[in-house]
Amino acid sequence: MLKILFFGQLKDMLKTSALELDWQQDNQTLDTVSKLRQYLQTKEQGWQEYLQVGKVLVAVNQELVQDEQVISDSDEIAFFPPVTGG
Amino acid sequence: MSLSYYKQTVIRVQTDDFNLAAEYKKLRDNNPKDGAIVTFVGLVRDFNQSGEVSGLFLEHYPAMTEKSLAEIVDQARSRWSIGRVTVIHRVGQLNVSEQIVFVGVSSQHRQEAFHANEFIMDFLKTQAPFWKKENSKKGDTWVQAKVTDQYKAKNW
Repeated sequence: MLKILFFGQLKDMLKTSALELDWQQDNQTLDTVSKLRQYLQTKEQGWQEYLQVGKVLVAVNQELVQDEQVISDSDEIAFFPPVTGG
Repeated sequence: MSLSYYKQTVIRVQTDDFNLAAEYKKLRDNNPKDGAIVTFVGLVRDFNQSGEVSGLFLEHYPAMTEKSLAEIVDQARSRWSIGRVTVIHRVGQLNVSEQIVFVGVSSQHRQEAFHANEFIMDFLKTQAPFWKKENSKKGDTWVQAKVTDQYKAKNW
């Protein structure tokens, strides 16, 4: 299972903070951030826009990564808005 | 004194406040090699993106936060010869004027500590997984990231 987390404003917009997803879907393996993102974008109304490339940052196993990053089953993938700490 | 103690990094993410004098003392005590300490403290302002602000809530990604801060300090260490580094970031509900963040850096001469301290803050602001939600009369609103912060970090 992929463990997926959402933080900040994105969590509020998606109305969820975490979900689990089978790495292997009917017709494809969600083996890159890009594929996972595109899959999630079709999941609910509005998610297409909220999860657009450039609007959110992505971390795989707590490291910031780019969209082409390879992912494997049991990875933790977090999507979040640009950070505003400090 | 061992080299590891001299080059020590302390990272803390906490709801509790911190004491500037106590943190400064830890950077200074038994540290005769260093001739400079630069400290920075970030505070909650009463005016920001949503107008008059009464406080803010700081959310973070617990599993990633300390790791991310440690990596930023490592990057600073690869650029400058610095001694001790302490980074403290608070999370949870904070009121106006409360302390949010502390960065303290010691080094033999002042220039390294000045540069490294600013570098750590600039990268913390664009890479460490914290998000602020401001409380105001209009309700609670998420703070939007500033493009100027991105530029500052890219300029290093």
